[in-house]
Amino acid sequence: MLKGISLEAHEGDVVSLIGSSGSGKSTLLRSINMLEIPTSGRVRIGGEEIRLKPDGRGGSTIASRRQIERIRATLGMVFQSFNLWPHMTVIQNVIECPHHVLKKPKAECLDEAAAFLDKVGILDKRDQYPSQLSGGQQQRCAIARALAMHPKVMLFDEPTSALDPELVNEVLQVIRLLAEEGRTMLLVTHEMRFARGVSNVVAFLHNGLIEEIGPPEKVFGNSDSARCREFLAHFQDKSAQ
Amino acid sequence: MWEAIPRIAAGVPVTLLLAAAAIAFGFVIAICSALSILTKRPILGPIAKSYIYLFRSTPLLVQLFLIYFGLGQSTLIRESFLWPVLQSPMWCSIIALALNTGAFSGEIFRGALAAVPVGQMEAAKAGGMSWWLSFRRILFPVGMRIALPSYGNELVMMIKATALASTVTVLEITGIAHKMISATYRTIEIFIVAGAYYLAINFVLTRILKTIEDRVSKHQ
Repeated sequence: MLKGISLEAHEGDVVSLIGSSGSGKSTLLRSINMLEIPTSGRVRIGGEEIRLKPDGRGGSTIASRRQIERIRATLGMVFQSFNLWPHMTVIQNVIECPHHVLKKPKAECLDEAAAFLDKVGILDKRDQYPSQLSGGQQQRCAIARALAMHPKVMLFDEPTSALDPELVNEVLQVIRLLAEEGRTMLLVTHEMRFARGVSNVVAFLHNGLIEEIGPPEKVFGNSDSARCREFLAHFQDKSAQ
Repeated sequence: MWEAIPRIAAGVPVTLLLAAAAIAFGFVIAICSALSILTKRPILGPIAKSYIYLFRSTPLLVQLFLIYFGLGQSTLIRESFLWPVLQSPMWCSIIALALNTGAFSGEIFRGALAAVPVGQMEAAKAGGMSWWLSFRRILFPVGMRIALPSYGNELVMMIKATALASTVTVLEITGIAHKMISATYRTIEIFIVAGAYYLAINFVLTRILKTIEDRVSKHQ
C-alpha cells in the first residue's frame, strides 16, 4: 500500500492527510499505532521507536506486546465508524481504558470522564447507550474516550466520513477546539476547507506516496504537484455546485 | 398416576445435576474450541475443528455407549487412574453430554465471537488493552450477547438430552419412569408425568434466559 513515506510531526502540530481513497492515508495513520503493521519501516513516537521483528513470512510483527500496549495508551484514536463498545454506556466507554489499562481509581476516572463529556458537549447523555445516540454524538463520545487517556497525540481516521452532512459540523467544532488547545494531532479527512483552516501541515498522498507536503497555504494555494492541484480542483467543483 | 409424581421427583435433582455439570464443562470446552479456531492456533485450531465435526455429526446415544461400554473394554483404561470415573454411569453420562454440548456450543460461540465487529476490538487495542483484557471486557461480553438466543436453545436441548443417561442405568427422571413402567405397565400416565417434569424445568430455564436476555440487551 505505502511505498516509502517519511512523515514527521512535532509537538503541537496539526497534520492533515488528504488524498483520494486508496491513496494510503488511512494506512499511514493506522501504522502509527500498529493497527496496520508495516512490512518495513520505522515508527518513532516521542523519541521511542516501536520495536518490530520479522514474522517469518516476509512481513513484520510486533516485537514487544508490552511496549506497543504502553505506546498505544499514549495515542488517542478516533475511527471513521466510532467503534464505541455497544454494551457500555457513554460514561463507561470513556472510563474503560483509564480504569482498566492505566488502572486509575474509578472515582477519579468518573470525574475526569464527566469533564471530557462536558467538553465535547454530551454530558447529558452520560448514562445512555451508544445506539441511543446520533452519529455526531457517538463520534463526540469516541473523542472523549480518546481524550480520557491524556494522549500525547490524537489520531483521527476520517472522523466525519460516516456522518450525515448535518452532523459533520458538531464533530469538526470539537476537533477545532482540540487543535486550538495546541494538541498534537494527525487527521485523515475529506473535509478540505476544515483541513485548510485547522492544520499547520497538509500532506497530499497519491498511490502510497506523499506527493506534496507543506503548509496549507502552499498545498491548497499553489501546489507544485499537478495531481494535487487536480485533486483539489475536483473538490472545489463539488463545493461550488 | 398420582403415586408416580413423588417417585419421579426423586429423579429431578439427578437430571439437574447431569445438565448442570455437562453445561459447565461443555461451556469451558466450547470457549476453548471457539478461541482455538478463531485465533487460528496451529495445532489446537485443527484439533478443535475435528472435535466439533466429530461430536456434532454423530448421535449422542452412540457417543454415550462408546464412552460407557467402549472404554471399559480396554485393559489399559481399566487399570488406569481414570477407571473409577469411567466405570460410573453418572460420570460417563456427564462426559458424553459435556463433549456433545461443547461441540455445539463451540460452534455457536465461534460464530458469535466472529460476529463482533472488528472495529470494537481495534478500539480496544488502540486504547492500549492487552489481548486478554480486550477479550474479557469487549469480545466476550459482546459475543455472548450475540450468542445468547442460540445458546439458550442449546441449554434447553441439554435438559432433554439428559434423558439418554437412563440408557446407561442412571436413575434420573426418565430412568425412574422406565423402571416404574416395567413394574406397572402404565406407560402413558408415567411418561406424561416424566414429560411434565421436563416441561417444568424448561419453563423455569426459559424464564431465566429471558430475564438475562432482557437485562443484557438494554443497549439495543
